[in-house]
Amino acid sequence: MSTRVGPETSHEALGLTSEDLLSMYRFMATARMCDEAAFRLNRQGKAPFVVPVSGHEGCQVGTAWALERGRDVWLPYYRDLAVVLVAGFTPKDIFLGLFAKADDPCSGGRQMPSHWGSRRLNIISHSSPIGTQIPHAAGIAYAMKLRGEDSVAACWFGEGATSEGDWHEGLNFAGIHRLPVVYICENNHYAISVAQKQQMAIDNVADRAAGYGFPGVIVDGNDVLASYAAMKEAVERARAGEGPTLIEAKTYRFFPHTSDDDDRTYRSREEVEEAKHHDPLTRFAAYLKEHGVIDDAAIDGVQAEAKAEVDAQIDEAWNAPDPDPSSLGRHVFAEEDGPA
Amino acid sequence: MTEKNVVTAIHDALHDEMAADDRIVVLGEDIAVRGGVFRITQGFLDEFGEQRVIDAPLAESGIVGIALGMALHGLIPVAEIEFADFIHPAFDQIVSEVARMRYRTNDDFGLPMVIRVPWGGGIHGALYHSQSIEAFYGHVPGLKVVTPSTPYDAAGLLRAAIRDPDPVMYLEHKKTYRLIKGDVPDEPFTVPIGKADIKREGDDLTVIAYGLMLHQCLEAAARLQQEAGMSAEVVDVRTIAPLDKQTILRSVRKTGKAMVVYEDNRTYGAGAEIVATIAEDAMFDLDGPLVRIGGPDVPAMGFAAGLEHAFMPDTEQIYARMLELARF
Repeated sequence: MSTRVGPETSHEALGLTSEDLLSMYRFMATARMCDEAAFRLNRQGKAPFVVPVSGHEGCQVGTAWALERGRDVWLPYYRDLAVVLVAGFTPKDIFLGLFAKADDPCSGGRQMPSHWGSRRLNIISHSSPIGTQIPHAAGIAYAMKLRGEDSVAACWFGEGATSEGDWHEGLNFAGIHRLPVVYICENNHYAISVAQKQQMAIDNVADRAAGYGFPGVIVDGNDVLASYAAMKEAVERARAGEGPTLIEAKTYRFFPHTSDDDDRTYRSREEVEEAKHHDPLTRFAAYLKEHGVIDDAAIDGVQAEAKAEVDAQIDEAWNAPDPDPSSLGRHVFAEEDGPA
Repeated sequence: MTEKNVVTAIHDALHDEMAADDRIVVLGEDIAVRGGVFRITQGFLDEFGEQRVIDAPLAESGIVGIALGMALHGLIPVAEIEFADFIHPAFDQIVSEVARMRYRTNDDFGLPMVIRVPWGGGIHGALYHSQSIEAFYGHVPGLKVVTPSTPYDAAGLLRAAIRDPDPVMYLEHKKTYRLIKGDVPDEPFTVPIGKADIKREGDDLTVIAYGLMLHQCLEAAARLQQEAGMSAEVVDVRTIAPLDKQTILRSVRKTGKAMVVYEDNRTYGAGAEIVATIAEDAMFDLDGPLVRIGGPDVPAMGFAAGLEHAFMPDTEQIYARMLELARF
């Protein structure tokens, strides 16, 4: 059965410096600012479609922090705004995608927003059908092993994805070949409107790892340090050739599934308000203050800085050029002989 | 130059490519220890090792999705789907992921990968070991779909597919595997993807086909010459997508008559696209009606010999229609 990572693991024990903690907090705050700005732009009619991250920042920054840019490969899903910030995206990159601009690094304005991807940053492009990236992660990890690399593939998804056949097929293959891959389930208990009890007969997604012959770990996804601790161990196992890990980070999304969803049809306001008492940002700020890393004024400072950075980059992105409609026919295939 | 059948031609080409480039890996059901149910990868496990010759779990969507991941990380996977009839669970991976990766990333990512698929009837395969699937994937931009029908083309197109920077679906007609023999150069060579081939020159009508039907058309064309003194030009499509319209249209403009033969269900089959192409671009060059012969619109051929035969267009039927059109 799955194991649990304890709460509030101390950062010193994890090898994290005060500087690391501030940087992690800053990524979480930036993700939250991006979210709030994106919904504001949606209401202004400037952003037709928004996929929110709020509530997931702890497990996303915590797990992403254990990877190394330029070495490891990231396979996020659409909710993973904070993951791709840690992987190297700037807020401007995020908003170029939100506004479907020509320089959107994911797709040049072809995909809907939050369909991440960048070869330069080792972020693998994904689609909208759920769970299709799970076997891709196994294939990448197989190639890493065959090529003798000590890099790791990390793959994120929600609990709804675990119902897909591709999820089973990917984890099964990863287990058979003991691949250097970490699968991270951000379990927010709803797949759009479908509650977890309608999605599976078990309480813990991590229990499923036993069926694939590798460890399943449950972690409080609202605890960034516990998420980091679980991921750090999983990444170390993967690098050491000990195979995959399935991490289940239990968390909650504060906003509807997307800007087109109305979560009042399936969740009570009381439930949402209660979940906000476990906000990963508030919780991490309290930890930082308790350990003397930061005080209230400094927290306000980080937030103000993050907001100023996001606002400035939104303007840059908004003023960037749109894709040329005549480019519609390009890049169906490689263009060695010029445009198709 | 060595005479080979189609199985040997594919085996040898794949073997030589793997020996020359250690980025190439093969994965599929029963391909390692067993050497493939059609023996295409026989001996590969011993020679290239279990890391490059992978017996995959019985999961077609996973096979394609895992191959995609490999292609993103420096390998050139050649995935085998054991029978075309079992490819349907992988439809989403092929259509949503494989075909769209380059397009959806605005050229940031490409997928050098091959999906090998044994297809077609005439082997007592009944409903689930006989299907034609070329139309499903020919319809999807971003995929190249090739259908070699001779040992020479099988070897040359496989090499071209492996070296292509984009995903190629490589369809092998099962009935041709051991039935069709021909000379294959011993040195490496490629056959270009997207080029049809005139397999027999003629003046009185053009017959367009691929797969097993190509060979039946060639047989019927020989008989037409012998018995009726008329000559049919037989065009081997070779690539379903992108379709070589030029070669087809050039031939039709020369002969003024066109007939398309395919064993897939007639409606919405690849032959429908070929006929539509001729109708659009060569209507006023035609001296006779466009003729289309395809499998009937029933779900599949049956296991009983009579039911299978009743499904597949045969040489007799093709000959009769050729004669009729040539005399029109």
